[in-house]
Amino acid sequence: MTDVTMTVNGKTVSGTVEGRTLLVQFLRDNLGLTGTHVGCETSQCGACTVHMDGQSVKSCSMLAVQAEGASITTIEGLAKGEDLHPVQAAFKEHHGLQCGFCTPGMIMAATDMIRRHPEGLDEKTVREELEGNICRCTGYHNIVKAIMAASEAMCSTANKAA
Amino acid sequence: MYDVNYHRAGSINEALSLLETAEDGKFLAGGQTLIPAMKTRLAAPSDLVDLRHVAELKSISITDREITIGAGVTHAEVAASSEIRSTCPALSYLASFIGDPQVRHMGTIGGSLANNDPAADYPAAMLALAATIITSQREIAAEDFFTGLFETALDDNELITAIRFEAPEKAGYGKFPNPASRYAMTGVFIARKRETVRAAVTGAGDDGVFRCSELEDALSTDFSASALDSLTVPAENLMTDIHASADYRASLIVAMAKRAVTMANG
Repeated sequence: MTDVTMTVNGKTVSGTVEGRTLLVQFLRDNLGLTGTHVGCETSQCGACTVHMDGQSVKSCSMLAVQAEGASITTIEGLAKGEDLHPVQAAFKEHHGLQCGFCTPGMIMAATDMIRRHPEGLDEKTVREELEGNICRCTGYHNIVKAIMAASEAMCSTANKAA
Repeated sequence: MYDVNYHRAGSINEALSLLETAEDGKFLAGGQTLIPAMKTRLAAPSDLVDLRHVAELKSISITDREITIGAGVTHAEVAASSEIRSTCPALSYLASFIGDPQVRHMGTIGGSLANNDPAADYPAAMLALAATIITSQREIAAEDFFTGLFETALDDNELITAIRFEAPEKAGYGKFPNPASRYAMTGVFIARKRETVRAAVTGAGDDGVFRCSELEDALSTDFSASALDSLTVPAENLMTDIHASADYRASLIVAMAKRAVTMANG
C-alpha cells in the first residue's frame, strides 16, 4: 500500500491505495466523488474523464499513484456554489443528455476543449474532439449544440473581460 | 489488474536503475496502452517505473532542419508545437489524430514507438522520415528498430530517450482510421528529401510497419497523386481481419498514399 496526496477540486486529499488502484477508483471509492463514471473500462467511452493539471485525461486509464502531487478537477468541482458552470448550464439549456451517464465525461471533455480553442469552435471540430467520449442515447446532436453555445458564451465573456 | 509496485523516476539514470532492480519491471510512459493491457491482464509487470516526471525526456529542439523530440513528449505537445508545425507539418497533423484528446494528453512518442503497435501512426512517420531512435545505450536507425508485431530492437532495460530526423522538403500522411478504435486501418506516410522519396505503411502489413517500394518508385518519377492513378500494390503479406481483407488494404494503401502526396504538395 502507498500513501497518495493530491489536490482534488481545490482541496488537498490523502489516502492509502494499492499500486494498481486506478485514479477513478480512488475518486469514487476513497473520496466518494461518484460523479466521475466508469463506463466501458476499456479506455474508449470517456465517462471517467477528469482534468489533471488542467488537461482532460481518462481516470480509468491511469493509476491513482500517477496523480500524486497533481491537481485534479472532477465534475463536482465545476459549479460555483449554486451557479452552474457555463458548460453545465448549456447542457441543461440545450438538452445535451438523455440518460445522463456519459454527461460528466462529456462536460469535462467539453470544458477542456473550449479552453484549448479560445478562438471558438465549429461543429466539425467539436465532433472530432469528442472522439474520446461515447454517448449511446442522444446521437450527439444536442451535445454538440450545447458545447458550441457554451464556447460562444465563454468566449464572449472572456472578450468582454479583456 | 494484478497488483504492481509503482516507482516514480526523476531522471533517466534513476529510471534505468529502478528497472534494473525490479523483478519483472516495465517503463510506464503515458500508459495509454500499458494500463489498459494490465487491466485485461494481457500485461502483468511486477513493477512500473513512471517516466512522466523525467524532465530530460520532454524537450523539443530544432536546429537548422534537424528535429529532436524527447521520448516523453506527448502527442498533444507534438501536435501543438509551432516549431514542428513550421518544419514538418505532416508530423503535427499525424499527432493531432492519434486516439482522442484525452489519450493525446498522456500518450508519448517514446511509448508509442517502444510498443510498436502494428496499427500505430508514429512508426510509419519514423520509417518514412528515416529517423534515428536514440536510446540510453545507442542510436538505432528506424529501418532497424521495428522488427515485427509489437517487437523492436530494444534490449531489456534499454530506454528510448529521443528521436531525431532531418525535416523533409515535403511530407504528408493519409490515414484511414478504424471507425471504432481510431487506430489506422491503413496509414501511409510519405516524405521527400533531396529527390529521394520514402513511403511507409502502417496498419496494413501482417508483420507491422513497412516501406512500400511500389509507391516509392512511382513517386520518385513523378511526385503527384495522379502518378498513382493506375498503380496497384500486391495484397501479399497484408493483414486480413474482421475489419478489412488484404485486398481491401492493398487498395487503401494507394488511396491513402494519394491523400498523403496531395497533403505533401499542398
